[in-house]
Amino acid sequence: MKHLLSPLDFSTEELDSLFHLADDIEREPGKYAHMCAGKKLATCFYEPSTRTRLSFETAMLNLGGNVIGFSDAASSSASKGESVADTTRVICCFADICAMRHPKEGAAYVAASRSSIPIINAGDGGHQHPTQTLTDLMTIHALKGRLGNFTIGLCGDLKFGRTVHSLINALVRYENVKFIFISPEELRVPDYIIEMLKEKEIPYEEVINLESCIPQLDLLYMTRVQRERFFNEEDYVRLKDFYILDRAKMALAKQDCLVLHPLPRVNEISVEVDEDERAVYFKQVQYGVYVRMALILTLLELV
Amino acid sequence: MLNVGKIEEGLVLDHIKAGKSMEIYRYLQLDKLDCTVAIIKNARSNKMKKKDIIKVECDINMLNLDILGYIDHNITVNIIQKGEIVEKMALHLPKEIKNVIHCHNPRCITSIEQELPHIFVLADEVKEIYRCKYCEEKYSKKASHDK
Ligand SMILES: [Zn+2]
Repeated sequence: MKHLLSPLDFSTEELDSLFHLADDIEREPGKYAHMCAGKKLATCFYEPSTRTRLSFETAMLNLGGNVIGFSDAASSSASKGESVADTTRVICCFADICAMRHPKEGAAYVAASRSSIPIINAGDGGHQHPTQTLTDLMTIHALKGRLGNFTIGLCGDLKFGRTVHSLINALVRYENVKFIFISPEELRVPDYIIEMLKEKEIPYEEVINLESCIPQLDLLYMTRVQRERFFNEEDYVRLKDFYILDRAKMALAKQDCLVLHPLPRVNEISVEVDEDERAVYFKQVQYGVYVRMALILTLLELV
Repeated sequence: MLNVGKIEEGLVLDHIKAGKSMEIYRYLQLDKLDCTVAIIKNARSNKMKKKDIIKVECDINMLNLDILGYIDHNITVNIIQKGEIVEKMALHLPKEIKNVIHCHNPRCITSIEQELPHIFVLADEVKEIYRCKYCEEKYSKKASHDK
């Protein structure tokens, strides 16, 4: 039995088969509509994350399965002081697979170590959120047709953005990827990532200005600057509007430069960009469902 | 010097930093064993001036010595059979240590669930870096020595 706790739990070969399965689900959803009949997914969310939970639940329903669970700690036994380990043992009696979100780092690992059913980490604090990374990779695979051989720009909060760090760690496993990190000085990518890239001799650049580097990008990954990361409102206000992707900047980008964003966006991408064919952040949500469907089928060993 | 008799079969842990023997006694859980244990504190040493020594008369497989590598790899472990030293064991940093160091990351699951064991995994043998098995928080053994 396999769990998914970190994006690197799957080898690139395993990811390849997962993405090919998701491709097939996209092509012929009807073929998969009953594959999980009689199976139950438990969504155990100790903190609310409606988008992630709905994506998992949609994935299971699309496969003909059922869904049980809780959507915040107050409605779970955690409010009575039950441990993650005990809750997991109970859930194992109810469901066939479990997606868990928890504010504390390592919670999904605790669950997996006590579990008789596959556990999917749906986010454990600032630590890991592997299905977001799978969604990002799947979107690139599906719309770019390749993982590797491209220059990717990552823009915005590169310091605190867990999504960005996971994506970098996942992409370094592919051939010929060049990174351009676009951020204000205060939100630069952490040193440990730079050291890792140097060690692996992977090309990267750190820049402040988006306009000057946008023409060379094959992919642009935008992120939101999160208010909760800042101690004072002043810094937040100053940095949140540092990068706003608009039509004028998109005019400088390549004809096939895809724009991704983990959503929700605040104002870092102007709504006028939404009509641009290269803006794929809403398609990304759809690919998130396909890849979660493929993941559920794979972990339940139904394919 | 105080004289403690020879042992027939067991271990002699020599060159323990003076004063550290009781800590090692606890880590090796010698209190749980029904065998002869001698603890010599502040013995004279040419190399160290003062040192502690622990002698344990038991089947050596009953003890998990991994932790010694973590506590102090300068300890000499002599394995005794038929009253003679048959082997001097080299100590290495253990791959995993349990409940020896604690995770101080306030975002770690161990910060709210007290019954979880604190497990650290050796991430880099050369740099002596351990990481929390739950949250991957870094713990540098070298850095903690420098303090
Ligand atoms: Zn920890």
